[in-house]
Amino acid sequence: MQTLPDAHGYFGPYGGMFVPETLMTPLRDLADEYERAKRDPQFQADLANLLGDFAGRPTPLYFAERLTAKLGGAKIYLKREDLLHTGAHKINNALGQILLAQRMGKKRIIAETGAGQHGVATATAAARFGCECVVYMGKVDMERQALNVARMRFLGATVVPVTAGAATLKEAINEAMRDWVTNVRTTFYILGSALGSHPYPMMVRDFHRVIGDEARRQMLAREGRLPHLLIACVGGGSNAIGLFYPFLDDEAVRMVGVEAGGEGVGVGQKHAARFQGGRLGVLQGTKTFLLADEDGQIQLTHSISAGLDYAAVGPEHSLLRDQGRADYVHATDDEALSAFHLLSETEGIIPALETAHAIAYAVRVAPTMRPEEIILVNLSGRGDKDVQQVADREDMLESVATPKI
Amino acid sequence: MSPNAASANRIDRAFTRLRAEGTKGFIAYIAAGDPDLEQTRHIAFALEAVGVDILELGVPFSDPLADGSVNQAAAIRALESGTTVPGVLACVRAMRAEGLGIAIVLYTYLNPIYLYGFDRFLADAHAAGVDGVLVLDLPPDEAGRNEELRRRPAGLKMIRLIAPTTPPERIALIAKAAEGFVYFVSREGVTGEQASVSISLAEQAAAIRAVTDLPLAVGFGISTPEQAREAAGPVDAVVVGSAIVRRIGEHGASGEVARRVAEFVRPLVDAVKKDF
Repeated sequence: MQTLPDAHGYFGPYGGMFVPETLMTPLRDLADEYERAKRDPQFQADLANLLGDFAGRPTPLYFAERLTAKLGGAKIYLKREDLLHTGAHKINNALGQILLAQRMGKKRIIAETGAGQHGVATATAAARFGCECVVYMGKVDMERQALNVARMRFLGATVVPVTAGAATLKEAINEAMRDWVTNVRTTFYILGSALGSHPYPMMVRDFHRVIGDEARRQMLAREGRLPHLLIACVGGGSNAIGLFYPFLDDEAVRMVGVEAGGEGVGVGQKHAARFQGGRLGVLQGTKTFLLADEDGQIQLTHSISAGLDYAAVGPEHSLLRDQGRADYVHATDDEALSAFHLLSETEGIIPALETAHAIAYAVRVAPTMRPEEIILVNLSGRGDKDVQQVADREDMLESVATPKI
Repeated sequence: MSPNAASANRIDRAFTRLRAEGTKGFIAYIAAGDPDLEQTRHIAFALEAVGVDILELGVPFSDPLADGSVNQAAAIRALESGTTVPGVLACVRAMRAEGLGIAIVLYTYLNPIYLYGFDRFLADAHAAGVDGVLVLDLPPDEAGRNEELRRRPAGLKMIRLIAPTTPPERIALIAKAAEGFVYFVSREGVTGEQASVSISLAEQAAAIRAVTDLPLAVGFGISTPEQAREAAGPVDAVVVGSAIVRRIGEHGASGEVARRVAEFVRPLVDAVKKDF
């Protein structure tokens, strides 16, 4: 098993702690407390209980029989993180981090959110533990994910709109970090993806590796062998690293992360595919690949899915790509939408738009593989939150019986 | 090397002079390119004329996460006026050619200078007449761990921050890496004005002085002459930023922004120059 990051939070040349001095010591304290918690059987037992009784683990490994037949190639399995409480993988990490907040005596919880799934998971965890919760969310994202905004408010959280820049995930992280810098002694920042300063990329990965651990066991029990290909969507990269990590030493298992190709990755087209034309830089605490102009200003990204609409990729993914251990491709908005409909109609599963990017790549690659080969897709979230947005986009609002939020 | 090499840097010269005069230093922060680089030059000369000792010039970045709303808005105005890293360096060169004598420290985030090329940036900044660089999101630990962030030309000072959350052993580590002066952030939080100066400043200043002989500057939150004078007591210089930047935002379009800024800054400077 890969033992990265090193003690300073580096995954090879990527990662680190590029933060203002005010946060250096709180982040070191967090890393130290996490190391202690990791070795504490009580912490692990508490987390296992929450994941089981509260969140609904283990999630099923589901053979997508009709999708497989339709695509006419490799067998496609889905890891059903969409069936978790709150509707996405994000709850794995939110529960892990709120247990840490309890250990550290921090009663005020803050978070950023893009699609709102991490915000909902954090608000849920905060409600469960009786903590005050403030979630920063870009104004654009609040509009396109209105259902999740309502859910967070029902759960007792304060949702703060962020209007700077593109008013999406990156700006929400800036605001959350400003809050943390100001209230660091009383506040725990539950960061929602495998990005930002050390120890977050490591901690978030560790809390999500349960996805890959379960899937590996389930696949061996079901098929008696490992999958040939893992597919997951990559914004910051939390669901992808959670699935990939336990398979890193299984050399025969290929891994593909799917970034948001937006309008397309050509010149002048807007997207969020950091490995297509991205540069090595430093953003929000970590050294990694990001989308910036020649002067180092972070570029405005675009994706139909709020959760993938982010300018930097988690540092461990940058290393896996360097090592050739994982490949990174992209799917456009249109491809993701097609996949959204295809999975809904063939399997009776409406995926999140983020997840639809992973499905889109499965649609592309499955027909080129042999029927005895196996694809495992991380079905990271369900699409309830996206129903309104897809309906609006496709101008079929009147025919969809969803309540106006 | 000339015998004066160590004092060739304008930051060193400024603190040597202040010590001889028995007064405190005044460091003014403005965002380069707000409202545009031409006005930045006028403002810089106006600040020098009212007695500012060190000019801290912000290099705008799209995601200034250690800054409050006032400085963030200034960075956005600067980017909208077309300000770039090469543009800021050209501005410094021009000001030096026109005779600006005060020390200049560039205040920036890492990404713009990382993409410019860290070494190249430091060399070009030094050649342009910059005396020091403060990179908000580059703690000394990380500078040591990344080969490409380690080197620098002699003569350019790397200014380091110490925060209220910095424990004693880390204060020593940062003080060792610091050059020019130590910049103490007087409170937790982002940049911005506040009603009163931190009460434990004297204590914290003493803790820093115990491990370094470098001059000590204090900043974050100072906006009135009374606060400036109070904060200056236990340190060698005070930094005022957001309060100046806010006036630039208010008068930026008026054509008399430099005069207005000078009017605002003069009493602040005077407050730290008298009877210490």
